[in-house]
Amino acid sequence: MSRVDVRKTYKLAIGGQFPRSESGRTYEVTDAGGKFLANASRASRKDARDAVVAARKAFGGWAGKTPYNRGQVLYRVAEVLEGRRAQFAEEVMRSEGGTRRQAEAVVDASVDRLVWYAGWADKVAQVVGGTNPVAAPYFDFSVPEPTGVVAVLAPQDSSLLGLVSVVAPVVVTGNTCVVATSQLRPLPAITFSEVLATSDVPGGVVNVLTGPLADTAPTLASHMDVNAIDLTGAGTDEDATAWETAAADNLKRVRRPAAEDWLAEPGLDRMTWLLETKTVWHPIGI
Amino acid sequence: MRPIVPGGGLRTYAGSVTATLTPDPTELSEATSSDSALRRFLHGLPGVDQVGAEARAAMLGTRSIKTTSKELALELAIRMVDLTTLEGQDTPGKVRALCSKAMRPDPTDPSCPPTAAVCVYPDMVGVAKEALGGSGVHVASVATAFPSGRAALDIKLADTRDAVEAGADEIDMVIDRGAFLAGRYLQVYEEIVAVREACAREDGHGAHLKVIFETGELQTFDNIRRISWLAMMAGAHFIKTSTGKVQPAATMPGTLVMLEAVRDFREATGRMVGVKPAGGIRSAKEAIKYLVMVNEVAGTDWLDPDWFRFGASTLLNDLLMQRMKMRTGRYSGPDYVTMD
Amino acid sequence: MTSTPTGTVFEYAPAPESTAIVDIRSSYGLFVDGEFVDPTGGRSFKTVNPATEEVLAEVAEAGEDDVDLAVRAARRAYTRTWGRMSGRERGKYLFRIARLLQERSRELAVLESIDNGKPIRESRDFDVPQAAAHFFYYAGWADKLRYAVPAADPRPLGVAGQVIPWNFPLLMLAWKVAPALAAGNTVVLKPAETTPLSALLFAEICQQADLPPGVVNILTGAGETGRAVVAHPDVDKVAFTGSTEVGKQIARAVAGTRKKVTLELGGKAANIVFDDAPVDQAVEGIVNGIFFNQGHVCCAGSRLLVQESVADEVLERLKRRMGTLRLGDPLDKNTDVGAINSAEQLTRIKELSDVGEQEGAGRWSPPCDLPTNGFWFPPTIFTGVSQAHRIAREEIFGPVLSVLTFRTPAEAVEKANNTPYGLSAGVWTDKGSRILWAADKLRAGVVWANTFNKFDPTSPFGGYKESGYGREGGRHGLEGYLTWEGKA
Repeated sequence: MSRVDVRKTYKLAIGGQFPRSESGRTYEVTDAGGKFLANASRASRKDARDAVVAARKAFGGWAGKTPYNRGQVLYRVAEVLEGRRAQFAEEVMRSEGGTRRQAEAVVDASVDRLVWYAGWADKVAQVVGGTNPVAAPYFDFSVPEPTGVVAVLAPQDSSLLGLVSVVAPVVVTGNTCVVATSQLRPLPAITFSEVLATSDVPGGVVNVLTGPLADTAPTLASHMDVNAIDLTGAGTDEDATAWETAAADNLKRVRRPAAEDWLAEPGLDRMTWLLETKTVWHPIGI
Repeated sequence: MRPIVPGGGLRTYAGSVTATLTPDPTELSEATSSDSALRRFLHGLPGVDQVGAEARAAMLGTRSIKTTSKELALELAIRMVDLTTLEGQDTPGKVRALCSKAMRPDPTDPSCPPTAAVCVYPDMVGVAKEALGGSGVHVASVATAFPSGRAALDIKLADTRDAVEAGADEIDMVIDRGAFLAGRYLQVYEEIVAVREACAREDGHGAHLKVIFETGELQTFDNIRRISWLAMMAGAHFIKTSTGKVQPAATMPGTLVMLEAVRDFREATGRMVGVKPAGGIRSAKEAIKYLVMVNEVAGTDWLDPDWFRFGASTLLNDLLMQRMKMRTGRYSGPDYVTMD
Repeated sequence: MTSTPTGTVFEYAPAPESTAIVDIRSSYGLFVDGEFVDPTGGRSFKTVNPATEEVLAEVAEAGEDDVDLAVRAARRAYTRTWGRMSGRERGKYLFRIARLLQERSRELAVLESIDNGKPIRESRDFDVPQAAAHFFYYAGWADKLRYAVPAADPRPLGVAGQVIPWNFPLLMLAWKVAPALAAGNTVVLKPAETTPLSALLFAEICQQADLPPGVVNILTGAGETGRAVVAHPDVDKVAFTGSTEVGKQIARAVAGTRKKVTLELGGKAANIVFDDAPVDQAVEGIVNGIFFNQGHVCCAGSRLLVQESVADEVLERLKRRMGTLRLGDPLDKNTDVGAINSAEQLTRIKELSDVGEQEGAGRWSPPCDLPTNGFWFPPTIFTGVSQAHRIAREEIFGPVLSVLTFRTPAEAVEKANNTPYGLSAGVWTDKGSRILWAADKLRAGVVWANTFNKFDPTSPFGGYKESGYGREGGRHGLEGYLTWEGKA
């Protein structure tokens, strides 16, 4: 008699915990062929609100860590992801379709992307910051600082590589985030949040919401304690425009949806749009 | 439309001063009880940011002083000059000529006021005193092993007494910069106290004491603020920037810090102390900038020869030429002022 | 010598800068495609001298059709000349403009003071030299753009629509136009309706520089004109400096478009004075922080946070210093505080100040007779202010300082950051490590330590949070006018 497998309940990730949606609602997630995979949590407006609170609470501590430390944590995420390569390949294959080999390539690329961004932690400031040679007796320097709490609408198609590609630059620079995952392919994101939880990423740095964007994105876009919103996974132009409009209420930094090649090497842009330049002046005298 | 100065000066309100930044008299008397107490006190004074102080002085230097206010400033500046000769080659003849010039700076114009004083070495005090007679122009004498101050205390005191006995109205002493820079603040303090005692006369009309810091050797504005307080606490009547023998001599920002100190000292003690920038001020334009600074930093009370002086020699002729220009509308030239 | 003060009253005689150098025309057209043209709608408005309320000139009001003409001219210039020109050649035009600004600096300074109300000392020593310096700085970037961004092939965006405020009319123009042109864009710029004249003189300077027609277009007008510039579908980039409220409108207006945006908006900066501050310089910094340009400064140090242990004494020193500020004729070289820019702004300052009083804060100004004509407000401080007061939260944009106290460094920073704004902050202390600690904790785009209100073309400037996004100045200032591979 074959063993009955133990199946996973896919929940949300908020503030280092894995709660069900406070609404108690779930929705069916199927594989690429339409076969039932799991009931994922259907995050509500209140879950979005709770996630923002958790992200804000985590921000000071995470932003205050040394870049070297953040780089190490991100590298640790890559290590743990590599160790669970088979599990993620399975989930990606089920979510996105395609062959096991293709899915494994996606996981490998995701690990490599994490390593790439991990290395940037203590270098990006040297590339985008520096001293300014002002025409007066002042020492004047500019440093990049994290923008704050970022709402990320993760790509709809690329459930792991796309997710990692939009989350890693947010957190490596010291921001914290609330991620609304791919609506149809949320499961790798929830499993990835387990990787984060076992990789020294403090609770609340990455909060993961699953479910229809219509339930959470408007709340995130208009939330006055969210500093930026990445509309990459917004879906339709109408939604993207509506959420960009709502984001103006507190002048969130907005990243509009654009065609992306997740396999290409990213530039700095996904980090720099979430970095505020702070310029400090001090007189030079005796 | 005329510019309107709100408040009209510094004394339009009188707030209660609560402590910390401006010390009270008890703090001041306790501060000189020991070397360590004095060090604690002087190092507890608020710091001076060099760039900020220089920027403030530079801004004051942009004031535009024209017409009637320029006339007033030139007249005042002439009255504030300590006409100075401090050379190894000084002779009685030279000093007498200088005294004539001090009493009648512009021989063609009897309305031109005399200078405040002539400033000479101690051995020339008698000559100057005789030449100036009852003109009201004071004799100031440098003393205390001017300009270096490198001599034993009893020699410095003897130097001072010589000048006082010869009739000096004012003594310009130098501090022991070496002791100050070595942190022996109490020694510097006690030396000033001793020199002030040596300025006394039995008739009660002792010479007034100006204390020269040689700010160019003290280098930092923090040091200038500290030595200003030290000298005032020791009883200086005037604090003076420089000997004129070291570069840089008087500077606008250095004098600014001293003006802030006398202002704050009066706030703390009620006692006014005068300020004398000396050396390096050669043009009327510069002198007027100093007067603007006195006006806006210390206040109008200091705009008087009793409380502000210029230690200078060539400055006077430029003041006179500018004064002629104001009166005649023509620019003057060096042939029209006397070269003594 | 006696100890009785016998000092001399030293009044400064009037020292007015001559206005003969400036030739203000009775009316001005729009500057489109290299020429001054009449507005299609034939509408105009008056610009006045805020110190006297005297009408200076009739200025054309650009309507939507004029905006369209200007954007078309800018597009033509972009595709046919400016966008194709080598960086080296573009740079030489900018150098020419910088030189012309220097050559005509006195004229520009007088004009700026007449139209804006700011003291000639500031327009002469700050606004105009800084404007020229910005053109010099960005001129040198024009042929070095590939070193300015982390990409091999940066490209201009196209046509930039720029809307600037009235507080530093020429300097804000320079902050906008210089980097835009250096990067290879063409511009349609709308100056503020109360201060159009220096921009129109700048248009003449563009003609003197033989700048190709259409590269710079200047449309005068009010809010409607600005909205039309922002909304024009052929504008690729919107740059705005002004209020946070209008900034939000612009952010909404460009939602869903391809337009790139930079916004430099309001502020409510904290100026933090610790008990070990270099106190005389701190007092100067407080004065400069809030009374520079009549407080019409987005990054003004409008909240003084002073450590409670020294608060009384710092205030006494501040009041004494305020008593020496000279308020009056902006053209007098000795004036420190000039006129409020407009009746509308004066009303807002008065209203918020009245609110401050009603909320129980202590109001103080040095005794000060204000001129009868023109728009004037005395330097004012409010004491006993708490974070809950409106005057501690809302941008007054005038010579009004709210004074709050704090007990510990942590409390100072917490109060400083407790605002939706994040443009600038000041910190005064002699302790180096505390400066760097505070600079790190303050959520503001510019931190002035032991100084305030310092600017330089090389130094990036811009806000956190609701103070806007994007940076102006320095290498960073180019990024808002360029795109490259991988940039969203």
